[in-house]
Amino acid sequence: MSKQYNKPAMAGIDDSPFTGANALKRLKRRQAAERRFQAYSATAIGLAVLALIVLFSSIISQAQSAFSKHYLRIDLPLERRIIAPDATLDPVRIESNISGFNKLVKDRLILLFPDAASATPKTRALFAMLPRLGVLPVARKTAANLDMLGTRQTFDIVVSDDADLFLKQKIGRHQRLELSGATSLQHRSGPNYTLTGIGRGQLATSYPATPRVAGQPARDILVRSGQNWFTLVAASETGLDLKTLTIGASAEDLRLAEPLEALILETVETDRNISNYQIALLTNLQDQGRIIRKFNFDLLSRSDSTYPELAGAAAAIAGSILTMLVTAIFAIPIGILAAIYLEEFARKNWLTGIIQVNINNLAAVPSIIFGLLGAAIFLNIFNMPRSIPLVGGLVLGLLILPTIIMASQAALQAVPQSVRNAALGIGATRAQTVFHHTLPLAAPGIITGAIIGMARALGETAPLLLIGMVAFVNEVPTSPDQEATVLPVLIFKWFSGAERAWEPMTSALVLVLVGFLIIINLIAVAVRLKFDRRWSP
Amino acid sequence: MMNRETGPVETDAGLQSEKIETRNLSVYYDNTPAVTDVSVQIPDRAVTALIGASGCGKTSFLRCINRMNDTVPDARVSGEIIIDGTDINAPDVNPVTLRSRVGMVFQKPNPFPKTIYMNVAYGPKIHGLAATPAEMDAIVENALQRAGLWSEVKDRLDQPGPSLSGGQQQRLCIARAIAVSPEIILMDEPCSALDPIATARIEELMDELRQRYCIVLVTHSMQQAARVSQKTAFFNLGKLVEIGDTETIFTNPLEQMTQDYITGRFG
Repeated sequence: MSKQYNKPAMAGIDDSPFTGANALKRLKRRQAAERRFQAYSATAIGLAVLALIVLFSSIISQAQSAFSKHYLRIDLPLERRIIAPDATLDPVRIESNISGFNKLVKDRLILLFPDAASATPKTRALFAMLPRLGVLPVARKTAANLDMLGTRQTFDIVVSDDADLFLKQKIGRHQRLELSGATSLQHRSGPNYTLTGIGRGQLATSYPATPRVAGQPARDILVRSGQNWFTLVAASETGLDLKTLTIGASAEDLRLAEPLEALILETVETDRNISNYQIALLTNLQDQGRIIRKFNFDLLSRSDSTYPELAGAAAAIAGSILTMLVTAIFAIPIGILAAIYLEEFARKNWLTGIIQVNINNLAAVPSIIFGLLGAAIFLNIFNMPRSIPLVGGLVLGLLILPTIIMASQAALQAVPQSVRNAALGIGATRAQTVFHHTLPLAAPGIITGAIIGMARALGETAPLLLIGMVAFVNEVPTSPDQEATVLPVLIFKWFSGAERAWEPMTSALVLVLVGFLIIINLIAVAVRLKFDRRWSP
Repeated sequence: MMNRETGPVETDAGLQSEKIETRNLSVYYDNTPAVTDVSVQIPDRAVTALIGASGCGKTSFLRCINRMNDTVPDARVSGEIIIDGTDINAPDVNPVTLRSRVGMVFQKPNPFPKTIYMNVAYGPKIHGLAATPAEMDAIVENALQRAGLWSEVKDRLDQPGPSLSGGQQQRLCIARAIAVSPEIILMDEPCSALDPIATARIEELMDELRQRYCIVLVTHSMQQAARVSQKTAFFNLGKLVEIGDTETIFTNPLEQMTQDYITGRFG
C-alpha cells in the first residue's frame, strides 16, 4: 500500500495504517477498551441481580413466618344459655355475641388450668394469650349451623401475636434442656422449693459461654416437673432453688414428675411481651397437643385489624383491584386516544408543541403532587367522599396518563411511514389508516406502556394518603364508591405498626403485592405475543 | 421558462388524449420550493417517465397527483392539477375518493403486515367494491392475475404479504393498487429496491398495464425510462426542463441540459 489514504502521517518506524507498530498498539488499546466495557457491563448486571436476590431473600425469609400461624385446638360445649341467651336463635345475634363465645373459651381454659383462677393477674395472663375477636370464626360457624347448639365441638382459635411469635422462636428465644439425676423436690417455705441432685453444671453446659447462668441467672430459666413450673432462683453445685410459677391440678402433685426439664429463655421477663407464666401455660398446651400450626389463609381472606394475628389483606386486595379498574378505564383509553391524536392527526404548531412539552414534564412530577391535585379537585370541588377507589383510581389515572401517552406516541412513531403511505395511497381515510394499520402495529408498544403505567399505579402510596385511602377498612369493598384501602398503603400501615408481629406480616404483604405485579406482567407478555406481528421495515 | 408546450402527440401509436394536466404547479415544503411552476400534460394509456437528479422534485410532483402531499405537515401546493377536466384540489374533491382513482406504488415494497389476500382485498373492502365474499375473491384473483402474481401465490393466499420476496412484494403492491380499479397508477421508483430479474418482471407488467391505465413512473434508470415509457419528462431543480416522446428525448432532446443528463455528463 503506497498511499496513506489521506490520513495524517503517523510517527513511528513502520507507519503503515493497518499493519504498523502504532496501528497494532492502537488495535490492542481498542480491544482492551472493548473488553473493559464488557466487564463493566457484566459487573453492573451482576450487581443488579445480586441486589435483587438479597432483596427477595430477605423479604421471603422475613415473610416466611407470617405464612403460618398457631392455633389453639380446643373443644367447646356450645351452651345455649351463654351464646343464645334470649332463645330467639337469631343467627345475626348469635354471630355478634362475641362476649358469650369468649366466656365459653375462658370457662374451658379455666378447666384446663385451675391454678389460673386463683389470682386475677394469672387469669388475665391466661386470657391475654387469645385475642378477643379470635372467636369470630367460631361464632360465624355456630350461627350458620344452629344445630350445633348444645353439642361439644372442636375449634381452632388463633393465639395472640406474642404467643405465636414465642412459638415461632421470634420473641423469647428458648431451648429445652432435659434434666437428669434429680433425687427429690423438697418444699422449703411458701412458694420456695429445692430440687436436689441437679447441679448448676447441668445448666451451664448448655451455655458454656455464659458462666453467669450458673450463679445468678441473667436469663430466665424455667424448670418444670410434669405440669408444675418453677422459676430458677439460684443454683448451687448440688441443687436448684426454685419458686413456683404454676402448679397443675392440685398442690399434692408437687413432687418429682416426668418430664423434668429446664426451659432456658434468652431474654428476661421484663424484656419481652410474654411472661414466664404465659410461657409455662403455653408449653403445657403445646405438650398436650392443643397447639397446632396452620397455613395463614387469613392473610388473604380477612380484612385489616388492629391485632396482627387477626389481620388480613382481603380489603386491600379488593381495594387495589377496584382502584386499578378505575385507573385502567380512565387512563388507558384517554392516554391512547390523546397519543393517536397528537401523533397522527394534530397539526404541528406552537399549541401542540406546548401540550407535548407539558405532557413530558408531567411524567416527572412527584406523585404526591397528584395527590394534592386529587384532594383539591375531586374532594373539595366535586365533593366526592374520601377513601374511595373511584377517587383513588382517578388520581392514579392522572398520574400515569403522561406515561401512557408518551409510550403510545413512541410506539406510533416506531410504525414505519410506509405502512401509512400504503393505506392512504389506496384511499383509506386517516382514521382507517390509524385503526386498521398503524394502531395494530403499535399495539405491543402501547400495551407495554399501559402496563408499565398500571404497575406504577399499583405500587403508588403517596397520592392515596392525601385522599384518605389510609383509613382503617374492615369491610371488603365491592364497588368503587365504598371505602377502601390499597395494598401499598396497607404495607405502609402495617410496617408502622408497633407490635413485632407486623414485621413478618408486612413482608408477606410485600410478596402479595409483588405477586400481583408478576400477574400484571404476565398478562402484558401474553397480550403482546398475541398482537405481535411482523412487518417489512 | 424552459417549459415547452409539446401539445397532443400524434406520432407515437397508442397514445391517446391527455389524462392529467397541471397548470403552474408549485410545491413548497416549509416555504422551500420543491416544484416550481410546472405545466404539463400526461397522456392516458401510456407510461410517462419522470427523470431527473435526486431532489429535482419529480417525486413531489408525483405525490401531488393523488394529493399525498396533504399528509405532509408543512407542504403547500399551488397551481392546478386537472384530471379528466376536474381540478383535484377543488374543495368538493375528496382526497379519499381521488386516491381510489389514482393508485400509487412506492419505492420500497410496503405490503401490509396482513395476509396476501387481505393486502389485495383491503382497498376494495374500504371502498365497498364487493358485495359478497365471492365477488371479493374474484376481485382479488383478477388483481393478482393482472399483476402477474396469481400463479405464484394462489396456493398461499393466507400467508403474510411480507413473507414474499422483494419483487413479489412489489407486484403485490401493484395488485393492491389495481384492485380498486384506478384510472391512473403512480409509480415512485418501483424497481429501485429490486434485482434485475424482478425489475424486468415489473417492467413487463408496466407494459401490459399501460393498455388500461395511465401510468406515471418516476425512475432514476435511464434505461428503464427508455424501455418502458412512451413519454419522458426531465426535471431539474424543481422545474420541468422538457417533456416529449421518449424516443425524441433520448435521441434528439431540445435542451442541452437534457442531453447532458441522459448521456451521464451531469446528475
